[in-house]
Parts: sequence; structure tokens; C-alpha cells
Amino acid sequence: METKKTSLYQLHQDCNAKFVEFAGYQMPIQYSEGIVEEHKFTRNHSGIFDVSHMGQLFIYGGEDLIKDLEKIFPLDLKNLKLNHSKYSFLMDKDAGIHDDLIITKTNEGFLIILNAACKDNDLKILKELLKEKYKMVLDENRSLIAIQGPKSSEILDDVVNGVKDLNFMSGNWFSFENQKVYITRSGYTGEDGFEISIANDFVDKLTRELIKKGSKLIGLGARDTLRLEAGLCLYGHDLDKDKTPVEANLKWAISKERISKGDFIGSDIIIKQLNNGVSKIRVGIKPEGRIIAREKTKIFNQSDVHIGEITSGTFGPSVNGPVAMGYVENQFSKKNTKVFLEVRGKKHPASVCSLPFYKKSYVKGVN
Amino acid sequence: MSTVKYSKEHEWIKVDGDIATIGITKHATEMLGDIVFAELPEKGSNVEKDGTAGVVESTKAASDVYTPVSGEVVDTNQAIVDDPSKINQDPEDSAWFFKLKIKDPSEMDTLMNKDDYDKFAKETSA
Repeated sequence: METKKTSLYQLHQDCNAKFVEFAGYQMPIQYSEGIVEEHKFTRNHSGIFDVSHMGQLFIYGGEDLIKDLEKIFPLDLKNLKLNHSKYSFLMDKDAGIHDDLIITKTNEGFLIILNAACKDNDLKILKELLKEKYKMVLDENRSLIAIQGPKSSEILDDVVNGVKDLNFMSGNWFSFENQKVYITRSGYTGEDGFEISIANDFVDKLTRELIKKGSKLIGLGARDTLRLEAGLCLYGHDLDKDKTPVEANLKWAISKERISKGDFIGSDIIIKQLNNGVSKIRVGIKPEGRIIAREKTKIFNQSDVHIGEITSGTFGPSVNGPVAMGYVENQFSKKNTKVFLEVRGKKHPASVCSLPFYKKSYVKGVN
Repeated sequence: MSTVKYSKEHEWIKVDGDIATIGITKHATEMLGDIVFAELPEKGSNVEKDGTAGVVESTKAASDVYTPVSGEVVDTNQAIVDDPSKINQDPEDSAWFFKLKIKDPSEMDTLMNKDDYDKFAKETSA
């Protein structure tokens, strides 16, 4: 299968991107300045991420759609306000995670942002569950970019007037060059920022405008270090079908109201795990010194017993040290528990820590 | 007069008498990206030609560092362990990795000179 290119491919090339294949797309892993500089620029200024490979699924419908989606997602969609977003998951009957996603209520139904590697399978699953009752469009004609970092609000508002009034996890339709663009105040870096859904033919122009105002393109490499410092999960690594949202320590994303009813796919297992606890759970892991523990690194307790595995690990440029997360047996999940990580045959000390590694406050109350 | 030679694993080696200084090439650092971790061989240990003699890690991945010749490690550069970004800044001079007392000088003959290495680097990265 030929790899696909996003509408920003030419711009990536103009900015000297190094490309990698990711989920069937040619995506920029980094530009000339490199991952560390790109990471810091996002934290201190403003970075633009091409995330057009992600799925933008529009589902059209009203009250019936809300009821049907509540059978699928553990969310109180009935009481979700128009243009507000929630983080959620598509689960199987055992509460294993098919994908993690952001769902937003729009005036015509819902917009769901899906991971690139999962989007086709997600659509298949959702079509089967919703039985052709609603119009569903996995829109390939729209691009998606994120602009993240403390200067992003000012920069984007200069180009698309009014966005700075959006609250965190809410969105609206705006206009750029007479095109309707859907913008939400969200992202996946731990910084204040926005995600912008815009027609493919206009994304190049918008991105160049944002660069002119002082933002810079940032590659997938820095996206990974940023999200890991922010303690956010990456599907296929920290989340997969063998892990449930409770095990992933994401129970905050499950609506309490919906748990009391227990009528969504996977709810039996979720309720059981919430009541009885889980055997493994996702935690932050901070290695001592500078050793980097990558995915699949084995975790041991102080008695040299294998108790878990790292699912993501790298060097955090803002933390200025190694950061990781992984799953450990529940009894070793308390903060400050001393563990050992096996890297290149040697065991290195580390400790369980709370997430995120790097914290900034999101904009909540502008209005 | 000192000689500088290069290996196919992208190490450089500079020889003064029977002491060799070894590091990784600028080309290697460009391929790796930002280096954030370095591990060096232990002083006093013996390393064999083409054997592992350290590790560098970028934000993306870990890579072994090999020694282009055999010998006893007589010195290591702690400065690059404390601040691995120095390797990106000055890879072929101050950010050297380790020094060896060379065991067999004839091993130097298996390595490339600068012109051949530049050609090799260009071909392999194309």
C-alpha cells in the first residue's frame, strides 16, 4: 500500500522535515532544529502540529443518536453542552480499549477525533453498532492541525478572530478566508492550545500565516516527548485491547452517572474493577540518574521479582531527565515505591511517581 | 604527527603514539538527532575491535558505540556523560568518548581515511 501524504507535505519539505512512515502516512518526525529545541519552543512559545492523519468522524443525528452513543461511550452525552468536548474510549465487551478519542457535541451531531492507526477499524465497529441509522463521514477532505503553547492563543486569534474566548475542552465554528473552520481549545501536549479542522485546500495557507506570526512547525518526535511529560497516553503503547480504562488509571474520564446505570459496552468489567480493584495499573516511573527506560523495559521490585513493564519512556527536555510510564502490579503502584528497571542487562533504580511530570494550567475561565 | 581514521560504524579515532582517542562522527550525530544519554566503557577494561564500548541515546532511540580497534581503556570523558548535548555540539573534538592504549597497531589499517569515510557516509545515508 502506498503511503499517504497530508496536505501540508510540501510545507513540511520546505521546512526541511525528516519524514517517517506513521500509520500509513509520510509524517514529519522533526525539522532542522531537532526534537529538544522543538519541544522547548512549544513549551515556551508556540508550536504547530500536523495531525491530519488522525480521523475526523462526523456523525449526524439528534436525540436518538445521543441515546445510541451512550450505549457505546461511558459518557453523559445527554448533558454535554453544545460545542463541548470529552476524552473517552471505544471499548470491547471486556472493556479492552479499541481506541482513545475526543468527542465533541456539534449542532448537527458529534465530531469524534480518532487515532490514525485505528480510524478505519473504529469506523467499522461504529457502523456495526449503529446499524446504518445515522450518516457517518470519516472526512478525508479536512485537515487537522494543533497549535500548542503559551503564545498560541494570541497568535491564532490574530489570524482567526475570537478563538481566545474559547474555554478549555470547548469549540466552535470560525471563519478563515470565508471557509468554515471548527476550532476546539484542546491538545495533547500539556499546554494551552487549539485543534483546528479546516478544508485541505486551505490548511497550507492557514499554517503559513501562523508561522508568519511566530509559531513553528513541530514534528511527531517532540509531540511524543511533550505528551509523555504531560502524562498522556499513546494508543498502541500505553493503551490497547489488553488494557481497560480502569487499569490505565483513566477512571476520571468515565461518567459516574453512567457507571450507576451500567448500560454501556464494557460496563460489567468496569464496575467490577472499580469495586474490586485491578491487578495491574498504569503509573509514572522516574528513573534515577539519566538512564532511559524505553517501551518493553521490565520493572522489578526490591526483591527482584518482575512486577511490570514500561509502555512509554524517553528523555523529557523540560524535566531535563528521563521520564516513563508503565503498568505495575497494583500493590507496587503507590507513589515513591522503589523499583528497578532492566536496561541492557543491568538493573537501574527508579521510583513510582505521580503524573504528569510537567504541569501547567489549562485556560478554564476566560469568560 | 597524529592520524585520524574512521570506521563503518561512524566512529573516529585519532592516534598519538600508542594512545588512541575515539568518538562518534558529526555525520553520526546528525543521523541520531539530539543526544540525551551517553554510557562509556569502564576505565581499565579491555575492549575488542568492533565490540560494544558504550551507548548513546537520542530522544528517539538507543545506539551502541563500537571501538574501531582493540585496547585497554585508559581514560573516559565524564563531561559528555554529565551533559550529553555536548556530543551534538562538538562531536569530533572536545566530545571524545574514551582513550585506549592500542593493542595491535595493524588494526588501524582496516579503517578509512577522511575522504573514503565522507564518501561512505554519503552513500549509506542516501
